[in-house]
Amino acid sequence: MTAQYDLPKVILRPARKWQGIDFKELWRYRELIYFLTWRDIKVRYKQAALGVSWALLQPLLTTLISWVVFGILLKVESDGLPYPVFVMSALMPWHLFATSLQKSSISLVGNANLLTKIYFPRLIIPVSAILAVLVDFIISFFILIVLMLVYRIAPSWQVLWVIPLTLMAVLTALAVGLWLSALDVQYRDVQHMVPFLVQIWMYASPIVYPISTIPEGIFRTLYGLNPMVGVIQGFRWALLGGTPPDLTMLVSVIVVILLLISGLFYFRRMEKTFADIV
Amino acid sequence: MTETAINVQGIGKRYRIGEAQERPDTLRDLITTNVQKAGRLFSKTQRQIVNAENTIWALKDISFEVQKGQVLGIVGRNGAGKSTLLKILSRVTDPTEGYGEIVGRVGSLLEVGTGFHPELTGRENIYLNGAILGMQRKEIDSKFDEIVAFSEVEKFIDTPVKRYSSGMYLRLAFSVAAHLEPEILVVDEVLAVGDAEFQRKCLGKMGDVAQQGRTVLFVSHNMSVILRLTQETLVLEKGRILMRGETASAVDYYLNLGHAKQGERIWDQDEIPASAAPFRPLSVRILSSEGKVVDTVRSVDGFDIEVAYKLSEPITGLRVGLYLNTTRGEPVFTTFDTDAPEKFDTYTNRDSGEYISRCHIPANLLNEGRFVIGVNASSYRIKRYFQDEQVLTFTVDATGAPGMHWPEPRPGAVRPQFQWEIERDGL
Repeated sequence: MTAQYDLPKVILRPARKWQGIDFKELWRYRELIYFLTWRDIKVRYKQAALGVSWALLQPLLTTLISWVVFGILLKVESDGLPYPVFVMSALMPWHLFATSLQKSSISLVGNANLLTKIYFPRLIIPVSAILAVLVDFIISFFILIVLMLVYRIAPSWQVLWVIPLTLMAVLTALAVGLWLSALDVQYRDVQHMVPFLVQIWMYASPIVYPISTIPEGIFRTLYGLNPMVGVIQGFRWALLGGTPPDLTMLVSVIVVILLLISGLFYFRRMEKTFADIV
Repeated sequence: MTETAINVQGIGKRYRIGEAQERPDTLRDLITTNVQKAGRLFSKTQRQIVNAENTIWALKDISFEVQKGQVLGIVGRNGAGKSTLLKILSRVTDPTEGYGEIVGRVGSLLEVGTGFHPELTGRENIYLNGAILGMQRKEIDSKFDEIVAFSEVEKFIDTPVKRYSSGMYLRLAFSVAAHLEPEILVVDEVLAVGDAEFQRKCLGKMGDVAQQGRTVLFVSHNMSVILRLTQETLVLEKGRILMRGETASAVDYYLNLGHAKQGERIWDQDEIPASAAPFRPLSVRILSSEGKVVDTVRSVDGFDIEVAYKLSEPITGLRVGLYLNTTRGEPVFTTFDTDAPEKFDTYTNRDSGEYISRCHIPANLLNEGRFVIGVNASSYRIKRYFQDEQVLTFTVDATGAPGMHWPEPRPGAVRPQFQWEIERDGL
């Protein structure tokens, strides 16, 4: 019988401690990634009267609040740019990052019923949680374009940098999300910790203030240890011009890569125990 | 010409128990235990002893093979390791030791409706659940109408499933699962859904699946289902395979397991699920007409089945009942201690304390053969405290029963003494 050879063969054996990522298998499960992403998006706006408009309203309202508090009341400087555009250009990638981080870090526990009943590559869960947020981001990106047109700021070719920068924001969220989601399976403390982490991280990133407030030189370079510094700085430059990315960016990129690789390995190491302890 | 679909050798799975102390559940615990561990670094042996005490082998030395196209039943009491075995085979969890090979895609139905989302409509959930169970979108597209028709929820297919009745929900969930087509199907007790009619339909569907030449592993507490769908059965007990054999003999073996004293079943405290409280079953006995505990009764004599239990709190509307089935799984009768209206009125409330509910089985009722007693304690439509469908088995000896002068087997579970009149016409 030739059929025997066409069938996939699965080996059952005790888990090895460290293992790489099986990209082939992830590809075979691509439809599941699609459906879980689709589910997250569908469910998010079910029974909400305003529906998908929330994807637009959320960044718009945060921009409005920051503008009133920091731009008008506290008169934070904005490198000479109109404050709403200045803050929104940073809030877009920030919102993408923060929401992705929040959703992905609780995603495994939130899908515990799947983990304990069905086999699939566990990476799919945090990845699809983030993909669902990315779709919102793309929708809200159009508002920023409108806002820029209102203030008559014409983007240049630099705007194309937004694509790799978005990818970097997503990968940063994924890297941290992998660590936190795997930890959350065992330590539910993560769920209490994440809101504070996001808050602290926000003030540690140049969102409501320009990066020029940080003295140039070694300090600003070290500031790039926060990978979102590179992302936000890059976003502002790509959309509005101003301070171009420098060494800070390079530091951020290296940090993201290290975080991502370590996160993937930690996740792969822990995933064998998810079903038993979640 | 057979091919092996599943081959496992020496599979074992160890779990930690008493985790609350050993495994830190919060970061604070993690920090404190690590500080303690640092202190214990020099007494390593002591720590290993602690670890050994806190682990349990849910499965040990499991080796078996399943040929392609075979339908294998797995039976065992709660906690025997059936679910763990299925989880390992479907790769949800890894074995602690051993090795196994599986040829073909494995579809696991450890629970129907896994991944159903209450906010999504029936249609959306079919796609989502299908994808989760491993179907391709094309496959779901082509089977969509069939799934909907099988589930009988056509009218509500675009309604969020949170508005479904629990019956509709389960029917839809089962329909999606029943249309999976992996080479190997692993099924855990999913047939116990819906009303009797839908269950029959499910059974029919599972029978079809078994006949399509797919390999099926089938776990159930329902012996009649096991007998109907499988040819061979594994008996698991305390994480080990006790026997594997032709289903009828395996089922008989299983039903007679662990009844040290024939004709009596006594429950230990640790066999009772916490959910049974405040109902605590103590024992079930078969008493002959002379009041002796027996496991063989004569059909010409009456006998008693006695259920002893303790209530730690008063229960309203409690009914304690018996199921009687043949070992082939055919139901013979179901009866409750408050079936009689006057008993129902007297015992609307039962105070805490120890009770015995005794059922008298009249003479000349049962046919010869082996029977299985099951016990149920519930408050109708409020709560089922305890249920065990295989408590005891006993044999009925038909010597002296009506018609025994013809030594031929009489089909049927009952053999009552009927009143016959014989009249001759024209007199």
